[in-house]
Amino acid sequence: MIRWLCAGLVCCALALPGAAPAGDFDYALQARNVAPDAYAFIGRDEDFDTLNGGNIVNTGFIVGRDGIVVIDSGPSLRYGRQMREVIASVSALPVVLLINTHHHPDHFLGNQAFADRPIGALPGTVQAIASDGDAFAENLYRLCGDWMKGTEPLLPTTTLRAGRLDVAGRSLRLIALAGHTGADLAVYDETSGVLFAGDLVFNGRAPTTPHADIDVWFKALDELEALSDSPGFVALVPGHGAISRDASPIRQTRAWLSWLQASLREAAEAGLDMNEVLTRALPAAFVALPVAASEYRRSVGHLFPAAEKQALDHAH
Amino acid sequence: MSVPARLAMSLLVALGASGTLPASAFAAAADPLASARWEEMRRGVLGGTAAVFDAQVKVLAPANAENPTQVPVTVDATALADVAEVVVFADFNPIVEVLRFYPESAAALLGFRVKLQQSTPLRAAARGADGVWHVGGSWVNTVGGGCTAPSAAAASTAWQSRLNEVSGRQWQLGAERVRLRLRVVHPMDTGLVAGTPSFHLDDVELRGASGERLMRLRLFEPVAENPVFTIEYRAPGQTLVCTGGDNNGNRFSARIAP
Ligand SMILES: [Zn+2]
Repeated sequence: MIRWLCAGLVCCALALPGAAPAGDFDYALQARNVAPDAYAFIGRDEDFDTLNGGNIVNTGFIVGRDGIVVIDSGPSLRYGRQMREVIASVSALPVVLLINTHHHPDHFLGNQAFADRPIGALPGTVQAIASDGDAFAENLYRLCGDWMKGTEPLLPTTTLRAGRLDVAGRSLRLIALAGHTGADLAVYDETSGVLFAGDLVFNGRAPTTPHADIDVWFKALDELEALSDSPGFVALVPGHGAISRDASPIRQTRAWLSWLQASLREAAEAGLDMNEVLTRALPAAFVALPVAASEYRRSVGHLFPAAEKQALDHAH
Repeated sequence: MSVPARLAMSLLVALGASGTLPASAFAAAADPLASARWEEMRRGVLGGTAAVFDAQVKVLAPANAENPTQVPVTVDATALADVAEVVVFADFNPIVEVLRFYPESAAALLGFRVKLQQSTPLRAAARGADGVWHVGGSWVNTVGGGCTAPSAAAASTAWQSRLNEVSGRQWQLGAERVRLRLRVVHPMDTGLVAGTPSFHLDDVELRGASGERLMRLRLFEPVAENPVFTIEYRAPGQTLVCTGGDNNGNRFSARIAP
């Protein structure tokens, strides 16, 4: 569904003009070993800007017997290329599949660096990249500047479906969910017990909501939490924030979304205008959470109109 | 209003009337938002009549608006006496005028959302009992494109059966103070998107149970899609009647229970 031409604009902060980035545009990516043969690149707990070049996201890869599966490609061509160099330094095996967990720009704009490889995503993700990809890219150019040089949206080449995927001599469980966006794919590596949760889970950073359906998101979190209780589970790689050995980031994400939903409903029921909602203070529990204030403001823009409509429609 | 403020104002009225005094003699008239288009606004939107910058006219909007198609604005001119008309405009919008409202027996206050094409001063000018425009405003930074983005309605036809559907609700905020929030289903197409002509709500008015008018509004293209208004008045416990129509002649009328 095309909401706005500028749908891509709404998920991101305004860049502040300021210091120039490092001249070499080096993301200094480091592959963290999450479990045997499972790795993650952990981004900063920040908004997009010209200093971090969009490296605010987590990506990862799994080294199988016959090849490598990459999970998300980062915010830019440069990121994708640098990521691929680091992967090559870890293993000489070929990349056999890149998976895009969802259609947000920081998760797929590095696809060009993997243009010679199969790129897979859920059908809803492919459609959304096709419709919103250009606007997203334009927005990141504005926010991240020259880090984006040469970056263009590249569509996934194959569609993935829920269930077991045998690839590179590895058995992956693809879990097709939604809620953060219309199509969110979580990837569970059965061998290592590592769950790549995509943006369904944020850790130590306020979640983003430009395409969120919070009730649907809750169901996805329940499913992921159940998986984290299963015997083989070892670690969770969230879409943003630190790697976790337990379900605490799932609960943290749920707590933020529950508060956000209840707070917006209550504000709408009380007859508040959007400007009044924007100026409300964050509860003590979230004041110290990175980017909480800016994500709250964005979420009001994304979600308050629906809460307001519900309050007005059900007046009498 | 304080005496010095009145003095400054009458000087400006004189300037506005004669137009012959050198501008440098009136540094007080400098636009606090330093917009290159202010003079054009004064002549066009305010009809060249006397205008003063007045902090009593408040325009509340986010300094950085994330979504240029739905920028929340609250205009509050309640500090002025007997406001007859308020015009809201954005200097750098392709369609400058956003709306006009005539508070009549309601408070000189209006909450709504606007589409902005680029970063711009967002202003409200309130014409008080003195006949002078009192101008307040704030600068809104935005990524832009709000006026040339297609409405959500343009992507489907589902809205057509709900066109001009009104939902509203009243809140008693104090013994006398009542707030109405009002939502009207309308695409509010600007006409700036190729193939989609201008299609917008034109006039809306609100009457109390005995027929007296609380407020009248004239709306233009930059008002955001599916407009939501916040209005306040002193008429507790009344069923209000809201009537209006768009520039294609579609009319509506709705009752909003207390
Ligand atoms: Zn995301």
